[in-house]
Amino acid sequence: MVTIRELAEKPELFTPGHRACAGCGPAIALRYITKALRGPTIITEATGCMEVVSTIYPYTAWKVPWVHTAFETAAANASGIEAAVKALKRKNLLKYDHVDVIALAGDGGTYDIGIQALSGAVERGHDFLYVLYDNEGYMNTGIQRSGGTPKGASTTTSPAGTIVPGKTQNKKPIAEIMLAHEIPYVATASIGYWADVIAKVQKGLAAEGPAFLHLLAPCPRGWRSDTAKSIELARLAVETCVFPLWEAVDGELAMSPQSKAIGLKPDRKKPVADYLKMQRRFSHLFTPKFQHIADEIQADVDKRWNKLLKNCNVSPAVKV
Amino acid sequence: MATKTEQQMVPLNGDEAVALAVKQSDVDVVAAYPITPQTIIVEKFSEYVANGEVDTEFVCVESEHSALAASLTASLTGARAFTATASAGLALMHEMVYVTAGCRAPVVMAVTNRALSAPINIHGDHSDVMAERDSGWIQLWAENAQETYDSIIQAFRIAEHKDLLTPVMVNLDGFWLSHTLENVNILPDEVVKKFVGTREFPFVTDTEGKQVPFKLDPNNPLTLGPLDLPDYYFEHKRQQEEAMHVAPKIIKEVHDEYAQLTGRSYGNAFVDAYCMEDAEIATVCLGSAAGTTKTVVDYLRSQGVKAGVLRIRTFRPIPWEDIITSLEGAKAIAVMDRSNSVGADGGPLFHEVRHLLYGSRGHPPVVDYIYGLGGRDMPPKTIHAIYKDLYDIASTGKVKHFVNFAGVRD
Repeated sequence: MVTIRELAEKPELFTPGHRACAGCGPAIALRYITKALRGPTIITEATGCMEVVSTIYPYTAWKVPWVHTAFETAAANASGIEAAVKALKRKNLLKYDHVDVIALAGDGGTYDIGIQALSGAVERGHDFLYVLYDNEGYMNTGIQRSGGTPKGASTTTSPAGTIVPGKTQNKKPIAEIMLAHEIPYVATASIGYWADVIAKVQKGLAAEGPAFLHLLAPCPRGWRSDTAKSIELARLAVETCVFPLWEAVDGELAMSPQSKAIGLKPDRKKPVADYLKMQRRFSHLFTPKFQHIADEIQADVDKRWNKLLKNCNVSPAVKV
Repeated sequence: MATKTEQQMVPLNGDEAVALAVKQSDVDVVAAYPITPQTIIVEKFSEYVANGEVDTEFVCVESEHSALAASLTASLTGARAFTATASAGLALMHEMVYVTAGCRAPVVMAVTNRALSAPINIHGDHSDVMAERDSGWIQLWAENAQETYDSIIQAFRIAEHKDLLTPVMVNLDGFWLSHTLENVNILPDEVVKKFVGTREFPFVTDTEGKQVPFKLDPNNPLTLGPLDLPDYYFEHKRQQEEAMHVAPKIIKEVHDEYAQLTGRSYGNAFVDAYCMEDAEIATVCLGSAAGTTKTVVDYLRSQGVKAGVLRIRTFRPIPWEDIITSLEGAKAIAVMDRSNSVGADGGPLFHEVRHLLYGSRGHPPVVDYIYGLGGRDMPPKTIHAIYKDLYDIASTGKVKHFVNFAGVRD
């Protein structure tokens, strides 16, 4: 595993001076991802927060070749780049032995408008890493709900009103959907654990064929959270089992150490309310009228967590 | 200057001619999705791949939107890229059609023109591509399968020219061209490969002031497709218009060099003016309708009628000088539109031709005939009737209806 010293010595390929908000989780995600690169790389990115803040012409934060074309096209763009690299290599027109291809997209570009292109690209088996930086909403355009917005969250298109308690649907299980595509590598990660993120990006790049990384990245603007608490929140998501960490190499599902530790010692599992209360997008859930939604969320989390424990063959360590 | 090459005559339909031209043009990436009447192109190319006849990377995508998205980034990575579509497929691509032109990616695309839904209809008309007039692509239009083959080969040279870097569409009429077998003269593979050549990249200044090739290259990282705000967007869109001013010179050079090689030319590369020198009545059209119209013109000429037909081969950039010069001497002109701009009082070609003639010397009357929608046939007698109308307009100076529908039940 990479050390912090080694990481500090690597060049910054996503450079300072971009226009992300204070405490931006996705900007931290990009810094980790670019620190994990292993050689010549081309990145393509969907329309979204990170595209907007990093490439306002004539400035760019990128020291990696980078291309954006549209909102729903990250995976299709990666297909084209990978195909070009293969064809040019075959014809001796490429000076690199290998070029890694990364597609970046937010939750809107992945769960919603980009899922067709993503599903198609992985079915075709292109060798690329798709990183979903999930900040759980269309944040760049002013906090609208996406298929990745969790239940109960208030957004401008799922506002908490007097009748409706924010978003009424659960987050789409996107990583499980990608797992069902039977691709070589699928993992979840949280920006709360930098070493885990970097290790998973490296595994995704090393995988032969499509790899998918679901990376949780808090958004203080959209989550209505303290800009100093983004990393803390990203860890709490894991500690409460709202966002468990796992990976599947060739379909073999295994819990990552941060979540496995909770599975082995259930008393470490924190209440979901600890996580929800740090975010004002959920503040209405802690009023008498909508408290039952907060309870439902806890029940949903427990149900999914228990299923994952079973699927990963993790059970509490027996006390001696 | 190249000399005329020995060629082989083979039976091909328009779609097969496209596939063969792509195969011979040493294309690196083809990303495409099948749709009637373009399907034969994709099927034929798949066969080439299956039989090891090409070393192209063929990406059989899940939609036309992804077809162009993948072709676009393949092109920006430095590959020669091709795609093909029709009708609803082009409509689904619409967003990426603009993005491809705006990114200055020299993709070549065959559009096997077909009607748009609803009602759903798989047959030929020009509704699909007329929605892309403003997108910033160069548009070549073929009259027959031979021209389809020739234009595809020329299109790569045009699109990839480093002073231009502008995508090119080659239009062929669905079924009339795509599915009709013709005798096509084809060049040897190595001759086409040499003619098309390898891609050259213009150099641009990166953020550190270094001159780097315009492509996605790990050693020379560029940020392509960035966010462009009101302080620069306008200049970039203006640059696309500037490229269209450079395009005619390149289209002409490539056309003429190809003519030297093959002995085949298409008018002056921009318009194919048939019996137009002294024409008093003339029609203007795009695509395969010109073939039938030329036959009608021959008949009218044999009867002593000074008829002519102007086929526009390069529709974008519009050859405004050639159109004005060819038409301003006529006494009456009919534009033939195989699509309609609903509610706009006439079809798109009519608007463009009439606009060009507004300030011309003769200021001849221009009328519109919308015809052939959804694959409705356009037989010689319908065309003959249009010339009859023109004769009346020329004789009386009076126009009954500026916008007409030809061959439709009332």
